[in-house]
Amino acid sequence: MPDLGLNVLLKGKNMARLLGGLWVALRISLLSVAISIPLGILLGVLMSGKNPVVKAILRVYLEIIRIMPQMVLLFLVFFGTTRAWGWDLSGETASVVVFVLWGTAEMSDLVRGALISIPKHQYESSEALGLTKAQTYWYIIIPQTVRRLIPLSINLITRMIKTTSLVLMIGVVEVLKVAQQIIEANRMASPNAAFGIYLVVFLLYFLTCWPISLLASYLEKKWR
Amino acid sequence: MKKATKLTAAALAATLSLSLAACGSSASTGTASTSASADGVVYRTLDEIKADGTINIGVFSDKNPFGYVDENGEYQGYDIYFANRLAEDLGVKVNYVSTEAANRIEYLQTGKVDVILANFTVTPERAEEVDFALPYMNVALGVVSPDSNVITSLDSWNADDQMIVISGTTAETYLTQNYPDIPLQKYDSYATAKSAMENGGVAWANDNTEVIAFASQNHGYTVGIPSLGSQDTIAPAVSKGNETLLNAINDEIKALGKENFFHADYEATLVDTYGTDYEDSLVVEGGETSAQ
Repeated sequence: MPDLGLNVLLKGKNMARLLGGLWVALRISLLSVAISIPLGILLGVLMSGKNPVVKAILRVYLEIIRIMPQMVLLFLVFFGTTRAWGWDLSGETASVVVFVLWGTAEMSDLVRGALISIPKHQYESSEALGLTKAQTYWYIIIPQTVRRLIPLSINLITRMIKTTSLVLMIGVVEVLKVAQQIIEANRMASPNAAFGIYLVVFLLYFLTCWPISLLASYLEKKWR
Repeated sequence: MKKATKLTAAALAATLSLSLAACGSSASTGTASTSASADGVVYRTLDEIKADGTINIGVFSDKNPFGYVDENGEYQGYDIYFANRLAEDLGVKVNYVSTEAANRIEYLQTGKVDVILANFTVTPERAEEVDFALPYMNVALGVVSPDSNVITSLDSWNADDQMIVISGTTAETYLTQNYPDIPLQKYDSYATAKSAMENGGVAWANDNTEVIAFASQNHGYTVGIPSLGSQDTIAPAVSKGNETLLNAINDEIKALGKENFFHADYEATLVDTYGTDYEDSLVVEGGETSAQ
């Protein structure tokens, strides 16, 4: 077995620091997920509605978020708000704001997509069966929509967790930054540490995202 | 319907390009807007920092031996050694902010840190955006390459090869201006650029201290070009116009020169990396460069 420099992780508080960094990444992403999923569902329903003004506004919002790289959004929210209005957002707050803006936009489009993918005959058949509008949604449309949404939203959630690696650019010290700090501090003593530590970082991301994937496949099976 | 979509797209593109253009201009004319919009709103004066009791100092957290974090989570290095002393003499605590090469100016222009002490090379372009204090170190550019293919001159550059640089560093600016034909491979952080070099990079241009250190610690690499471009200095920087803080730092650097503080700093933090041979050529004591 080649020397992966893993002993570096046993020095001082290095492992605890790495886990602390993971917690920072998770705190940002999970808080953002918790806010943006319900908001996204709400906006998605509005987007598939009939009001043209609302639809146009949401469309513009979605496109702006979709076109802008997350890095640009982070810089705009972190530095831009200070320049424009003198707000002094912390790096973590700015990150949550950006991730909520992004998550909500993408989630709303996923919900819109799932809703319009339900064929028209589903609505017509339930009407023919004498179900009310509320019953149609509750028993026919929503269960089908949710099933279609699960794999899509899991993709979004895991992507949000992994994209936290960008927030180091606005001074938030998360797991990847801690890893780089550890590698750099030991570049003389353990020049091979980079490989081992990035491997550990990979495992940490994997252990975080994998349970979410498992939950998704469980739900998909259960609701088949 | 199709027409409407096209129209929306066009309108969107227009709005976006406008807003992007606005961002671009605000970034390049940052100095103009700060001095015009507010007298001291962006930055904190010396008195405000003292009243608050904490100074925010932007440093590198992954640039051993200048600014890095040790295994106990403590900031260490040449820049930190000075930063700790500066804070001690000002009578305040330090809050270290981890910065990257590419966002150091932005941090000062938005007042999110009071001082940048992140191996910051003085250049005329940067001096328009921020105020530099007296220097505390000398630096030039250098190029490191593998022993198998040592690059000693940039004049016969193979157009298929890419030069590794870190975004926002002097090396990037110098190469873009003087060698526009050399393709650059840009990285955001020191650690990623280093990984790229170790994984088959052709050459890496950076401050010569960095490439000397890299070559001495990694077998199989040679500094083919030890001194490229002009001799520059490294200095602390504050937000444009923050005179009280600037004067305090300058006074501090002058006073520390009397006790040969930066030589002590070198011996505490840099000697393991560069050896004693480079001590007098790298250290600037009391803000006085010997070259001038």
